[in-house]
Amino acid sequence: MGYQGHFRVWRGSDQGGGLEDFTVEVNEGEVVLDVIHRLQATQTPDLAVRWNCKAGKCGSCSAEINGKPRLLCMTRMSVFAEDETVTVTPMRTFPVIRDLVTDVSYNYEKAREIPSFKPPAGVAPGEYRMQQVDVERSQEFRKCIECFLCNNTCHVIRDHEENKESFAGPRFLMRVAELEMHPLDEADRVPEAQSSHGLGLCNITKCCTDVCPEHIKITDNALIPMKERVADRRYDPVVWLGNKLFRRN
Amino acid sequence: MPELERHSFDVLVIGAGGAGLRAAIEAREHGMRTAVLCKSLFGKAHTVMAEGGIAAAMGNVNSNDSWQVHFRDTMRGGKFLNNWRMAELHAKEAPDRVWELETYGALFDRTKDGRISQRNFGGHEYPRLAHVGDRTGLELIRSLQQKVVSLQQDDYAETGDYESRLKVFQEFTVTDLVLDDGKVAGAFGYWRESGRFVLFEAPAVVLATGGIGKSFKVTSNSWEYTGDGHALALRAGASLINMEFVQFHPTGMVWPPSVKGILVTESVRGDGGVLRNSDGKRFMFDYIPEVFKDKYADNEAEADRWYADPEHNRRPPELLPRDEVARAINSEVKAGRGSEHGGVFLDVSTRLPAEEITRRLPSMHHQFKELADVDITAQPMEVGPTCHYVMGGVQVDPDTGASSVPGLFAAGEVSGGMHGSNRLGGNSLSDLLVFGRRAGAGASDYVSGLSARPVCSDSAVTEAERVAVAPFSGSDGGGENPYTLHMELQQAMNDLVGIIRKADEMDQAIKRLDELKRRAATLVVEGHRQFNPGWHLALDLRNMLVVSECVARAALMRTESRGGHTRDDYPQMEADWRRKLLVCRLSGPDGSVEVVEEPQIPIRSDLLALFEHGELQKYLTADELEG
Repeated sequence: MGYQGHFRVWRGSDQGGGLEDFTVEVNEGEVVLDVIHRLQATQTPDLAVRWNCKAGKCGSCSAEINGKPRLLCMTRMSVFAEDETVTVTPMRTFPVIRDLVTDVSYNYEKAREIPSFKPPAGVAPGEYRMQQVDVERSQEFRKCIECFLCNNTCHVIRDHEENKESFAGPRFLMRVAELEMHPLDEADRVPEAQSSHGLGLCNITKCCTDVCPEHIKITDNALIPMKERVADRRYDPVVWLGNKLFRRN
Repeated sequence: MPELERHSFDVLVIGAGGAGLRAAIEAREHGMRTAVLCKSLFGKAHTVMAEGGIAAAMGNVNSNDSWQVHFRDTMRGGKFLNNWRMAELHAKEAPDRVWELETYGALFDRTKDGRISQRNFGGHEYPRLAHVGDRTGLELIRSLQQKVVSLQQDDYAETGDYESRLKVFQEFTVTDLVLDDGKVAGAFGYWRESGRFVLFEAPAVVLATGGIGKSFKVTSNSWEYTGDGHALALRAGASLINMEFVQFHPTGMVWPPSVKGILVTESVRGDGGVLRNSDGKRFMFDYIPEVFKDKYADNEAEADRWYADPEHNRRPPELLPRDEVARAINSEVKAGRGSEHGGVFLDVSTRLPAEEITRRLPSMHHQFKELADVDITAQPMEVGPTCHYVMGGVQVDPDTGASSVPGLFAAGEVSGGMHGSNRLGGNSLSDLLVFGRRAGAGASDYVSGLSARPVCSDSAVTEAERVAVAPFSGSDGGGENPYTLHMELQQAMNDLVGIIRKADEMDQAIKRLDELKRRAATLVVEGHRQFNPGWHLALDLRNMLVVSECVARAALMRTESRGGHTRDDYPQMEADWRRKLLVCRLSGPDGSVEVVEEPQIPIRSDLLALFEHGELQKYLTADELEG
C-alpha cells in the first residue's frame, strides 16, 4: 500500500535552477504525474507541470524520468523500487520556461514548414475512395500524439542547437512520410525531405522509436522508407541519366 | 504594473477543440481576422479523448440510413427534449462535415469498397460512426489543426506572415468578457506561462470551451473542463439551458484509484463486448425500459445474432443509450453484485479473437495494459459510471449559434439544446463540426453587419484585472487553499448531485455550494504569476462554483427523471416536463443563480411526422398529440 517515496524534481526557470529533494506519499496504482500533483497540492503549490488528459492520449506531460524521456501520466510508480529516488527533469532539447514546463514552439514552427495535404484535383468531398491496406501506412503515423519526446531524444538536435534550423526532427520527418504515403495526396515530397527538412541528418539510431509512447516504428516505417525514396531519385544511375538527358530538375 | 498587451481581431474563438477550430476555420474563410485562444497547447484539447467515432448518416455500411433516421435516434436518445431544429441541422449536415475532413487530410478506416467505414454505437439504429480505430478524436483534432496550419501557409504565401489572418494564442486563459452597452467588445485574460494580462478587442466571441466535468470527483474530463464558457456567458448576461442534464458515461475505469474515471470507449460494446455482474450474469436484459422494448433483444441468443444479422434481430441491451446503461450499472453495484473495486465487468475477451480486439480497440488495449495491468484480450475490464458530458449549455439560435448577448456565440459542448436530456455517443464530434462551422459563419455575418465597433472601456479592464489578481492578496483571515476547496466541491457534486438525485441531498448541495462560495472569497495563492497552477485553479474555481450551482438548482427544480437527470424521489418521466426548459441566469448585484421555467418551442409538424403515433404517445402530452 502507500509509502513515502523519494523524489528529486528540477525547479527553476530560464535563469537557471536545480534539483530539489522531496519526500511524498505514493499509493498503489499511481503514476508519476499523480505524485507530482500531490506535491502541488501539499508542498509546492506553484510547481509548474504541463498535463491534460492523464491517459496517454494528448501528449502534454512529456518530461525525463531518471534521464529517460517519458510521459509522466504513463509511467507507473510500480516500476521503481520503494527506496529508489525518482528524478524528474524537464525535456532537455527545448528551453525551460519553468520547472518541468519547456518551450516547445520549435515543434510548431517545424509543423508549419511542412507543406499541407494537397487534395486530389477534381475529386469532390464524399468521393474519396481508398483501400484500408493503403491508408494503414499513414494511419500508423497519425497515431502520433505530438508529445515531442522523439524530437527531444533525437541527438541531431538534443545537444546541437545549431542543427535546429535545418532539421525538422523525427516527428515532422514522419509527417512528411505520412503525406508522401497518403493514397490521395498529390504533392511530391521527396526532394524537400532531404533539402528542406534535413532527412539526411538522421542516421537511424532509432532513439525516436525507442521513446515513442505510441510505439510507432518511426525509423523503420517512416524515416528509412523516405531515405530510400530519396536515394532512388538521387543516386539511381538510370534515374540520374534520365534526368541529365531529359533535363528534369 | 507593466503595460497591458493588446490585440485587435474580428472574431475571437475561445477554445481549440473540434468546435473552436472548425469555427475559426469558417471565420477565417469568411475573411475575418480570427484568433483562437486556448488553455492548453494547440492540438491538446479534450476532443483528442473522443474514441468511438463521428455519427453521420452517410449510409456507407447500411444504405437504409438517412438524416431522418439519425434525427429520430437523436431525439429518442435525448428523450425528445432536444432542440429539434439543432437535431435536424445536425443530422442533415453531419455527412458533409465528415467528408470535408477528408479534404483536410483525415484518414478514416475504410469499407471494402473504399468508402468511410461506419460502426455501431449505442442508440444509433444503423452503423453510423466514422472512425479511426478507437482514436477518432485525435484524428479529428489533428485534421482541423493541420487545416489551420494549411490556411496559415496560404496567408504566409500571400502576406509573408503566417499569422496575418488566423492566429492561435496557446496556453492562454480568458477570465472575463468585456462588454460595451450589453454587446461583446472583447475578452480579458492572461498568458498561463508569464501571468501577463492581455486585452483582446473584438466585436464577436465564439465560446467553444467544452464542458464542466472537473466539478465532479469521478470524471473522464481533463483539467480544462471547468465550465469557463458557461460561466463567461452567464456573467455576460446570456442564459444557460438544460443544466440539470449531466451525462455519466457508463464505462469509466474504476481501478487503480489514480485512473478512476478515465473513459472506456462505447466501441467495446459496439464491437461485441458485454456487461456482466459478479454472478457472471449479463444483467442489461433486466434493464430495458418500456420505451425501448421493441428495439432491444430480451434474450442472449437474439442479442448475439444481431451482430451478424441486424435486419432480423433486435439490438443487444448493452447498446441502450448511455443514461440507461449507467443507471443499470449503478443499481447492480448498489445491490451488491459489483466487482471487487465497485464496478461491473465489461468483457470483450470471450467475444472476439485477440487479434481482432487489438486491431479494433488498440488504445483500450494499451490503456488497460499500461495503467491497470489488465490484458483485455484475456480478461474482463472493471468499469463504472464516470461524469462525461454536460448536455446543458448556452442557449443559442440553432442556425447561427448566437446567444442572447449581441456578439456572443457558442458551439459544441458549451452550447445547450442539441442533445436534449441525453447525448448519444458519436453525436458529439459531429455536433462540434456542424455547429462550430455555423457559429463561425454566424459570428462573421454579425461582424460584417456592424456599423461601429464596440469599445472596451478602461474601467471594465481595470475591474477584470482586479478580479484576476485578487487571490494573491486575499490573505486577510481564513486564507483558503484552492486545492482543498476544489476537492470539497468535487466531493459534494459527486455525492449530492451525481447520477441518482434526491431533493434533500440537492438542498444540502446548494447549502454547501453557498459555503464554498463564501470561502472562495478568501482564497490565497502563493508565489508569483508565472506558470502558477495554484493561481490558475483559484480563477477556474470561480467558474466551477457558479456552474455547479446551476446544475444543482436546476436539478432540484425538475421533479421527474429523464435522460441524464435521475430523481430517486421522482422516478418517472413526465410528458408535461418535456415542454419545459429550465433557464439559468445570473441576477442581482451578488450574481446569484436564478432558474426559471420557460416553454419549449413545439416540434415542427413535418419532423413530428417522422415518428409513429404510438412512439410519440410515450413522450408527448395528450394536448400536443391532438394539436
